Amino acid sequence: MMTLEMLNLSIAMPELFLLALACTVLVVDVYLKDERRNVTYVLSQFGLIITLILISQQSPQSRELAFNGLFVNDLLATVLKYAAVLLVAVVFVYSRRYLQDRNIFKGEFYVLGLFGLLGMMVMISSNHFLSMYLGLELLSLSLYAMVAFDRENPNAAEAAMKYFILGAIASGMLLYGMSMVYGMTGSLNIVEVAVALDQIEGNNIVLIFGLVFMVIGLSFKLGAVPFHMWIPDVYHGSPTTVTSYIASAPKVAGFAMIIRLLAESMGSLQTDWQGMFIIMAVLSMIVGNVIAIAQTNLKRLFAYSTISHVGFIMLGLLAGNQEGYSAAMFYTLTYALTSLGAFGVIILLTRKGFEAENIDDFKGLNQRSPWFAFIMLIIVFSMAGVPPTVGFWAKLAVLKAVVNIDMLWLALLAVFFSIIGIFYYLRIVKVMYFDDALDKSEINCSRDMQIALSANGLSVLLLGLYPAALMSICIAAFA
Amino acid sequence: MFAGWPLLSLLVWLPIIGGVAVLLSGDKGGSEGSRRLALIISVATFVLSLGLYTNFDSATSAMQFEERFEWIGDFNIYYHLGVDGISMPLIILTTFTTILVILAGWEVIQKRASQYMAAFLIMEGLMIGVFSALDAMFFYVFWEAMLIPMFVIIGVWGGPNRVYATIKFFIYTFFGSVFMLVAMIYMYYQSGSFAILDMHNLNLGMTEQTLIFFAFLAAFAVKVPMWPVHTWLPDAHVEAPTGGSVILAAIMLKIGGYGFVRFALPITPDASMSYDWLIIAMSLIAVVYIGFVALVQSDMKKLVAYSSIAHMGFVTLGLFSVFQILNNPANVDITGAVLAIEGAMVQMISHGFISGAMFLMIGVLYDRMHSREIADYGGVVNTMPVFAAFAVFFAMSNAGLPGTSGFVGEFMVILAVFKANFWIAFLAAITLILGAAYTLWMVKRVFYGEVTNENVKALKDLNQRELLIMSILAVSILALGLYPAPLVDVMHVSVDNLLQHITQSKLP
Repeated sequence: MMTLEMLNLSIAMPELFLLALACTVLVVDVYLKDERRNVTYVLSQFGLIITLILISQQSPQSRELAFNGLFVNDLLATVLKYAAVLLVAVVFVYSRRYLQDRNIFKGEFYVLGLFGLLGMMVMISSNHFLSMYLGLELLSLSLYAMVAFDRENPNAAEAAMKYFILGAIASGMLLYGMSMVYGMTGSLNIVEVAVALDQIEGNNIVLIFGLVFMVIGLSFKLGAVPFHMWIPDVYHGSPTTVTSYIASAPKVAGFAMIIRLLAESMGSLQTDWQGMFIIMAVLSMIVGNVIAIAQTNLKRLFAYSTISHVGFIMLGLLAGNQEGYSAAMFYTLTYALTSLGAFGVIILLTRKGFEAENIDDFKGLNQRSPWFAFIMLIIVFSMAGVPPTVGFWAKLAVLKAVVNIDMLWLALLAVFFSIIGIFYYLRIVKVMYFDDALDKSEINCSRDMQIALSANGLSVLLLGLYPAALMSICIAAFA
Repeated sequence: MFAGWPLLSLLVWLPIIGGVAVLLSGDKGGSEGSRRLALIISVATFVLSLGLYTNFDSATSAMQFEERFEWIGDFNIYYHLGVDGISMPLIILTTFTTILVILAGWEVIQKRASQYMAAFLIMEGLMIGVFSALDAMFFYVFWEAMLIPMFVIIGVWGGPNRVYATIKFFIYTFFGSVFMLVAMIYMYYQSGSFAILDMHNLNLGMTEQTLIFFAFLAAFAVKVPMWPVHTWLPDAHVEAPTGGSVILAAIMLKIGGYGFVRFALPITPDASMSYDWLIIAMSLIAVVYIGFVALVQSDMKKLVAYSSIAHMGFVTLGLFSVFQILNNPANVDITGAVLAIEGAMVQMISHGFISGAMFLMIGVLYDRMHSREIADYGGVVNTMPVFAAFAVFFAMSNAGLPGTSGFVGEFMVILAVFKANFWIAFLAAITLILGAAYTLWMVKRVFYGEVTNENVKALKDLNQRELLIMSILAVSILALGLYPAPLVDVMHVSVDNLLQHITQSKLP
């Protein structure tokens, strides 16, 4: 007999509120005239703040289950959700003027963004293959629509089509893998699968097949080589605000998905997926860093740089212990923050009818705005992993985890490719500081955008000066 | 004075925070204010650094002025500062040179002057951090962060080919240091801490030592720079503004030498011993071959850059000849080895003054003529007699004339190396001839002879600001040359302690 108490709704409060919020925004937006579209924006932001408060109200000491074990809340989930909501809120701040300038300041952007966020939060808190898949699809479907949001733009339509087809294949792979695991273990519940897998001895070919399909599906979503093809096109084709959305919060959800599916449920197969991760991590670092050198479009450049960063995140994950997982978590969180800042600066430089997405559009930024050139400098050096920015500590944490499992060669390979990577990051600094501006026009943007972008850039520096707090949260999340 | 103050923290943070303040003061409405502020901060830092000298206890090899706080608890990383007799003189050299650099850029830098001054102040703080950090990760943060302001200095205020030079500089140095990072992480798992002094007491097998030694070599050889990874230096020097060249030559190169002393020698003594032939060979090539290369340069800055590489060859030669000296049965005690290391240290300090002076000298000419080509000059002595006098003096000290500081370090190293092997010493001593040849030949072509062209005829002699800089440097070089004892005294006990670590096998 099901009762409402058994559902244990209170621990899913943030998700339930967000769902209600998204529906409210959807309905309210219908009754608004175009010139009053700001109401939608303010309502969404206000709702996100309440969601943040609701999340911070929860301080789970242990794992709490809800919806009959479909939904879990633990410290990991709380931290990741907090980060995801914060990132989406900042994306919304960045988006407003950009959308207005292009006459696509529509309520749907915010509704889709909120539904996508809901999907991420469900993924982060899922304790069951089905709820994971549900969250993933909610996120993906929102993203497909957001990529095509600027429907007049043929690039965006092409990107959305590619994203949709490849994403659908990946979801299929994931589902197929899950079904095989279900066949072997008789359960879809993550904890039960883990228990069942411990019982199975020896090499089980069906299980390995299932694992391979699931890893492929996950790698598609994360964008690891050789499943990275969609990333450059989608990053490039989407409106820049959507790119900033894709490049930040979904990475956090993707990390949670890997932790829940591979680490928590298939921990006993760790040696099997570790091998696959090693190959993909190395390939991602090679392909991402080398191809990025040839890019002149910044959005494509950051797309390839994302691929190389995914390689680093996988290095942390493949260590397969608390140290590795927390290093990967630290890396993911700080990378999402840094990458959001990078796209924030690109959005800052765009104007009506002008996309500042080529590297030459950054020429002489130091003359036009020394402050935002400095912010971009911090962000770029953080991506390159140069101290005292937070990117260095993220790389250090991952390298430490890799050295500790006696894979010194992997650490050496990783630092070698980060040397190659430094070249294209330096090129961005070069055009900003050493070249003369092609376009001397003033940079004007709204006050809220200025504050958000400055805070975003400075947090990369401050976290670099004092990473201890975030680091210990990440370690505690896997205690 | 200053007893009980957290001197090292002040020395690191005052220039960095001051640099940020200068940056914020901006260039709107003239840069005079930011220049003055920068000068005040650099002088204050220098005065504070003298507190290190006056309060220094040269009877102990232990770290002094120590400060230690937990920084990143989960990784065992500490905010840990401290100096001994080896790092203390280098810190004073840093604070001293920064004042000169600020003064040298006073009128010349008109483009974004506040950013220029701020970059040098921030650099200063970071370099002091490198010399005083006692936690390997803390050291590494300063070591890498230092690249950012230098990258910007060369790239923004440099010459026509500055972008190529600065990217080459950054990538070379970055390439060297990342392998050191992996080595440090490895040692962390062996010793359980990132403290440099704990790493000194770590037992490591021969394979580990060899790998770690080469990781250190990659990092420090690029910085020193040693042949064959020296090629970034001439490019960087030629393109950098005068101040950038001075900081590069006077301090950044010393960080490489300091790294060998602080990390490579005491942590991996057995590997250092078995590969000392490699370092000695590379140093001799630097001394002899690069000396010949300097001879044929037509660009003054390039010439001095190559001469820097040759002089830094003496530093590495001195440091790594200790094993040969100790193993030579003719030597009954360790005085030869002490002499070699102290000679290398004195050479580092002295080269800091002399190379700074040489680059400032070229800067004076470049500011007037906007050319570094030797061929564009001739007979400068006729129009700039005071300046020519200083220039000849600096050239003499660069050639190692007795009585100048250039002589002391080179002589100590050659003397020590004689105790190891006659032929090594013989080859090293060639530099005394070569150094004199390339420096004095340059002086002859630039300063003496008839006035060759109208531009030289129009030259004006030193102004008061330049005269001040030149006099301070000349006095320092002379003082150190005539009476080096105070410098040698402060480092003596620390060098003894270092030798104990070097002579003790770290094999398990």
